[in-house]
Amino acid sequence: MAEKGVKVFGMWASPMAIRLEWALRLKSVVYEYVDEDLGNKSDALLRYNPVTKKVPVLVHDGKPVVESAIIVEYIDEAWKDGYPIMPADPYERAQARFWANFADEKDLNGFVQCNAAVYPVFTATGEAQGKVVHEAQQCLKTLEKALEGKKFFGGDAVGYLDLVVGWYAYWLPIIEEVSGASVVTDEELPLMKAWFDRFLAVDVVKETLPPRDKLLALNTARREQLLTA
Amino acid sequence: MAGEDELKLLGTWASPWASRVKIALHLKGLSYEYVEQDLDNKSELLLSSNPVHKKVPVLIHNGKAICESLVILEYIDEAFGAIGPSFLPADPYERTIARFWAAYIDNKLAIPWAQAFKANTEEEKAEGLKQTLAAAEMLEGVLKECSKGKLFFGGDNVGYMDIALGGLITWLQETEELCGAKFFDTAKTPLLFEWMERFSGLDAAKVSLQDGGRLVEFAKGGGLR
Repeated sequence: MAEKGVKVFGMWASPMAIRLEWALRLKSVVYEYVDEDLGNKSDALLRYNPVTKKVPVLVHDGKPVVESAIIVEYIDEAWKDGYPIMPADPYERAQARFWANFADEKDLNGFVQCNAAVYPVFTATGEAQGKVVHEAQQCLKTLEKALEGKKFFGGDAVGYLDLVVGWYAYWLPIIEEVSGASVVTDEELPLMKAWFDRFLAVDVVKETLPPRDKLLALNTARREQLLTA
Repeated sequence: MAGEDELKLLGTWASPWASRVKIALHLKGLSYEYVEQDLDNKSELLLSSNPVHKKVPVLIHNGKAICESLVILEYIDEAFGAIGPSFLPADPYERTIARFWAAYIDNKLAIPWAQAFKANTEEEKAEGLKQTLAAAEMLEGVLKECSKGKLFFGGDNVGYMDIALGGLITWLQETEELCGAKFFDTAKTPLLFEWMERFSGLDAAKVSLQDGGRLVEFAKGGGLR
């Protein structure tokens, strides 16, 4: 029997999985969310994603798609008559992809870009924290340039880049609270801070965010675990 | 409007990423001005076109700069969609496969391979090489799947994945001498080996890939960036 419908294999605290939910909801696509225990992955997940075995995975009529940024573009193309996620113009599309790479990927010299400039903030302590905060801020200041003169990275409405970096708006303040670091401030990153507020007010975002206290507790425990390891 | 398009490619002769773009432009039959860059003395044009990374390749189309080789490939495919062959398949699902494996080539092949080159210790080098060869084996399987018995990852015609890997061919071949390991191995990766020969024979490849001898000397001199 041919499998029909849309499934998201994710994890409630995963910022990468939530991107898919935002994209699907913008397109008004009904989906089933499968919450994985990453310490005990389901057979289904391993069958759908044997190469990386990671979440998120989108399964559309039985066909798996992996890598969240690739999945978001897929959602845009597969439901092309719905809400436009990618810009229409090829140059704007290239810019969106460039900045998404800047936020997510390692560059070819293995230098990590924004995401991995941000992660060390989570566990850095004492003197080292100042340095990693500064590096994270530098990365975010560069990213902020893509926001200049606009309400969202996508322009007047949210688009691809907002979905890719949107997790910062919710997760970064939690990382700051857990680690005691101060990264996104009005002084250092005014545009980013203003965008955080606007992004968190978007309906599809509000509907999907995991409970703050639960996420805070998870990250507090995780940080303790990492620091005592 | 073809007559009004101004295309400029900033690259270095040794860069496999620039080769990717040259291959793509050639396949589309697009004429462009190539401007060789000196990475030790970066030009104003490069610095203003790619202020974030200050790297090549950069494609400048009617004054607008596009950076990152895979982003440039998609751009060329979309901006010149009505001209020449398409690189990405039309079907959204097929496109995810092409994009996934192109990103894999960058992250799981190119990065460890660059690490093997720059390694300061034998261990680092061996680890980089191990990962690169594992990627080769993986891609052998992918080629079998994607090509479905046809000539290229893209099927009958060269596609996005072919260009993504094709730009690296000369670099990968010249690594063999320096690292003492074969990337394209007729025994271990027979399909990939055949693909490499076929791809290298294309006009687009011949004008875009580096001279092997010159590249070896350059690499031996520590020239990989």
